[in-house]
Amino acid sequence: MLGLLSASWTRVGTTVVASFLASLVECVEALTVVLAVGSVRGWRSALSGAAAALAVLAAVAAMLGPQLRRIPLHVIQLGVGTMVLLFGLRWLRKAILRAAGRIALHDEEAAYVKNTAAMRQSARTSPGALDQVAVAAAFNITMLEGTEVVFLVIALGAGGTGLLLPASIGAVLALAMVAGLGAALHRPLARVPENTLKFLVGVLLAGFGTFWVGEGAGFVWPGGDVAIFGLVTAYLAIALLLVATARSSPMGTGD
Amino acid sequence: MRWLKAVIREIWGLFVEDGSFAGAIVIWLGVVLFGIRRFAWNTRWGGIALFAGLALLLVENVLRHARKSRR
Repeated sequence: MLGLLSASWTRVGTTVVASFLASLVECVEALTVVLAVGSVRGWRSALSGAAAALAVLAAVAAMLGPQLRRIPLHVIQLGVGTMVLLFGLRWLRKAILRAAGRIALHDEEAAYVKNTAAMRQSARTSPGALDQVAVAAAFNITMLEGTEVVFLVIALGAGGTGLLLPASIGAVLALAMVAGLGAALHRPLARVPENTLKFLVGVLLAGFGTFWVGEGAGFVWPGGDVAIFGLVTAYLAIALLLVATARSSPMGTGD
Repeated sequence: MRWLKAVIREIWGLFVEDGSFAGAIVIWLGVVLFGIRRFAWNTRWGGIALFAGLALLLVENVLRHARKSRR
């Protein structure tokens, strides 16, 4: 709590928002598969698999998070900043190309239909027992998407003293919101503007990563922490310009 | 060992999708961190150089892929 008080509100606020938005995207993708598994093979097995994966991920996060405090901050900022940059710019690049219509958008409804069909094809286990196929499918997707959430929480939390709690709060809020909506609607959240979220998260992570790598290297940012806003705004402007340019540029042969 | 390979592939995939883009980012970070700092670049300009290079890499990569892709 003392650490949280020492962190500036610029960092705390942007960390919560970045963690929430990034986790929201991953949770929506996991929910689609868990819903497909649950609707075809039974909710008990699907939820057991997802819950087991969440327990493993929580244990990993609880083990790794505190260990970071033992490493000097500038080393973490350089290492984690580099990873955040690679992750964020990868998302941003793909989101720009999707927004420009150069690659297909991710379709949650199509993913749901595909996973539902796959679940119907697998053999069933005896009634009453946990369905191993369903448990494994729900466990795998929750682990896969959850690993990205854990990485993001640890990465965002490692950017400064006292940021692990705000990063965790953002992720837990996203998980609670997606789980709540999934339980209420029992259908994939296809209306969530996934590419727009990835676009925004890519911009935020690119800004964070650049700031941290610079701080870790000992560079002096104009305006201190406020430079994060400047970097995020600059990346956003460049990304929006790129969408317009990529959309209007002549098409290639695709070969 | 198959599961370990799958885990490594997933973690690798978190950061690298286009190898040339990821490689260029890492090389640029190396240039800024070790090259510019070694030659006593003013630390006030280091951050701006870092950002400018990353932004250029993003622009080049997106435009190159946009030209190559079909709708």
